[in-house]
Amino acid sequence: MTVILYLLAASLILGGGGLALFMWSLRSGQFEDLEGAANRILFDDEQD
Amino acid sequence: MIAAPATLSDCAHCGRATAAGRRFCCPGCAVAFETIEAMGLGRYYRQRLLDPSARPPRPEGESGLDLQRNIVTAADGTHTLSMAVDGLQCGACVWLIESVLAREPHVVAGRVNMTSRQLRLSWTGPTTEASRLVGAIERLGYRLVPFDAQALTAAQDTTGRTLLRALAVAGFASGNVMLISIGLWAGEAAGWLTGMGPATRDLLHWVSALIALPAIAYAGRPFFRSAFAALRNRRTNMDVPISVGVVLVSVMSLSETIAHAQHTYFDSAIALLFFLLIGRVLDHRARGQARATAEQLLTLRAADATVLLPDGTTERRPQQAIATGDRVLVGMGERIGADGIVERGTAPLDTSLVTGESLPATAAPGTAVFAGTLNLGEPLVVRATATGDTTLLADCVRLIEAAEARRSRFVVLADRVARLYAPAVHLAASSTFLWWYFVAAAPLGSALLTACAVLIVTCPCALALAVPAVQVIATSRLFRLGILLKSGTALERLADADTVVFDKTGTLTEPTLALVPGSYEPETLRAAAALAAHSRHPLARSLLAAAGPVAAAEDVTEVPGQGLQAGDIRLGSRRFCAIAEHPSQSAQAGGPELWFARPGHPATRFAFAERPRSDAAATVARLRAMGLTVKLISGDNAGAVAAIAQAVDIQDWQAGCSPVEKAAAIEALAQQNRRVLMVGDGLNDSPSLAAAYVSASPASAADISQTVADAVFQGVELAPVAIAIHAARQARSVMRSNLALSIGYNILMVPLAVAGWVTPWLAAAAMSSSSLLVMVNSFRARRI
Repeated sequence: MTVILYLLAASLILGGGGLALFMWSLRSGQFEDLEGAANRILFDDEQD
Repeated sequence: MIAAPATLSDCAHCGRATAAGRRFCCPGCAVAFETIEAMGLGRYYRQRLLDPSARPPRPEGESGLDLQRNIVTAADGTHTLSMAVDGLQCGACVWLIESVLAREPHVVAGRVNMTSRQLRLSWTGPTTEASRLVGAIERLGYRLVPFDAQALTAAQDTTGRTLLRALAVAGFASGNVMLISIGLWAGEAAGWLTGMGPATRDLLHWVSALIALPAIAYAGRPFFRSAFAALRNRRTNMDVPISVGVVLVSVMSLSETIAHAQHTYFDSAIALLFFLLIGRVLDHRARGQARATAEQLLTLRAADATVLLPDGTTERRPQQAIATGDRVLVGMGERIGADGIVERGTAPLDTSLVTGESLPATAAPGTAVFAGTLNLGEPLVVRATATGDTTLLADCVRLIEAAEARRSRFVVLADRVARLYAPAVHLAASSTFLWWYFVAAAPLGSALLTACAVLIVTCPCALALAVPAVQVIATSRLFRLGILLKSGTALERLADADTVVFDKTGTLTEPTLALVPGSYEPETLRAAAALAAHSRHPLARSLLAAAGPVAAAEDVTEVPGQGLQAGDIRLGSRRFCAIAEHPSQSAQAGGPELWFARPGHPATRFAFAERPRSDAAATVARLRAMGLTVKLISGDNAGAVAAIAQAVDIQDWQAGCSPVEKAAAIEALAQQNRRVLMVGDGLNDSPSLAAAYVSASPASAADISQTVADAVFQGVELAPVAIAIHAARQARSVMRSNLALSIGYNILMVPLAVAGWVTPWLAAAAMSSSSLLVMVNSFRARRI
């Protein structure tokens, strides 16, 4: 059953990584203008 | 490539109706169009989607607001300025503004936030560069108003971020703990076959504790804080049983883990916080939207005034800095910043903000004028007699604040339920403990564990989701229908309303005056409209609207406050057109009019009158059918009010009411236990809007009325008032069924918990399924 130890560690690291990414995106302001982000993708391509 | 205008009569830049055969409605639009095409940004016109209810992007000249006060300079020499943007229509506007700024050499960053409608501009070099950059955007047709840097930091949404972070942590922890718990439950169920050794079980319990305890300490803070604040004020709220439950369950589970026991409830405790936080985040989002709108309106109202100094020079000052006795120069299109007396100049004033009167009143030297009125004509010099806090405008604001303070005592449905629910939960849990410990003589630990199970299953997860989930769904649905709910509790209060009080001018009637059909040739009307196309005076606009598309005349000059002139052809006041008072015509005098004089033709009189909104009568009938009493209270004279009341079939009307009398009438209705929905648009309505149980304003209303009102509706129809009430009633019934569902669930589970039959997996299943059920039920509020 020692495999449980590895699995627990792996799942915690993966989950923790996801949490850290979310925290980073929150801090960098990616959740401040959801409406704008949805519209922006329509224009970004041709920008020179 | 140059984009073709949509139809011949739409201005190629702002999209507003213009004379046939002309591409632009005004020189400002032509310049904006040329600028955009010259920069190669013509894509804007092909990809934009003009919102007919928003302000068209028509350039109105540079506002010349003092920007320097609000510039923040960082240590590395970068200046930053935040501004509210008025006139944003769609994503294309964001792209256009950002692209124009990106071409400026000094600009470091220029980014528009579409949700909060703010532009954040950073640049290097001199601070004076700001005016040039802002001017470049204003020439495209947007209005920019700088934010006070201090107010902005205060308004930053820290609560929202804290909640989101707590939600993320709780979600991560509850997912992982639940995963481990499933292993534990499986091990327990299969115990008699393969079995999970006690050592493995203890390991899994310890790992659960390691994840759950720090997460609970972090994600539970919003609840602990609120519960503590409530207890300190000797009150109790929903957060008290939540906090007690979560803390008790965590501590018990930890001691069970240490004692190598079989059951722990870490998963329940953290899942509880997770579901509750979803409710909190939804609730905060519903309120946040309302707050952002109100802030936007307040900022856009701020303006500077030009003060004439004794030495003849002028100085721009914020309105608050005007002193009594100062001579203020009020240009065309500018709002007067202080109450005062006109010293020099004669001009028509738009007093609709203060008096609700839709027609301009003429001010001449000696006339008393009020803060908030708009100068439509030549520049005036006004000697300030009252400023800041002593103006009529400030008086109205004070009345509003007093009424709002009264209204904030409204207790939302969820809190009313919580007041009854919280003591009941505590009572059930403590009596369970007492019964098991003293009567059934169970060991202390197991009695406590049973009491904890009661707290878990009664914990108001579903209850906390019941109201905010419906609120968010119903508000966003109404938002798409052009009805903006600005207050978190507006939905519940709208549903409670039993009386609707309308204002007349601009609410029951259209915001603009309509031309009264008269005995003139259509050709005469078109000829007059060709001149009127050059003016922004409300009567000229109505004339143009009545005439339909016409080619604007050439070489027209406007004499502010008097009329328009093209050679010998004149359109304007009777005096301007040099028409003598004729005995036969004096009978029809009174009421707003325009005269049209052409050599070789008899003079023509165009009369204007208010016209009820096209669906006003139908909406009044619908409101009555919904069981509401409809009243009309207006500041206008009895004749005008009676005519409109008859047209829309309202028997119960009052005329000639001052703003204070209006508010008093609303209070009197409240005394009779009536729940009044006030619908009004002028500044004179704002005290009564605030005094009413719930209030609504059309989007054409004065800024201050929109700030006060709970709901703002767009478009030329009155139907949104009935739609909003209907939607609110429906939302209320969904909220009630949600509450009934979640309480019913608890009532089913409590006997099981009291009996000690609720194992961790049953608690988890009950909690998740009741929350899901409530969420699914909430979606019924989408059907309006």
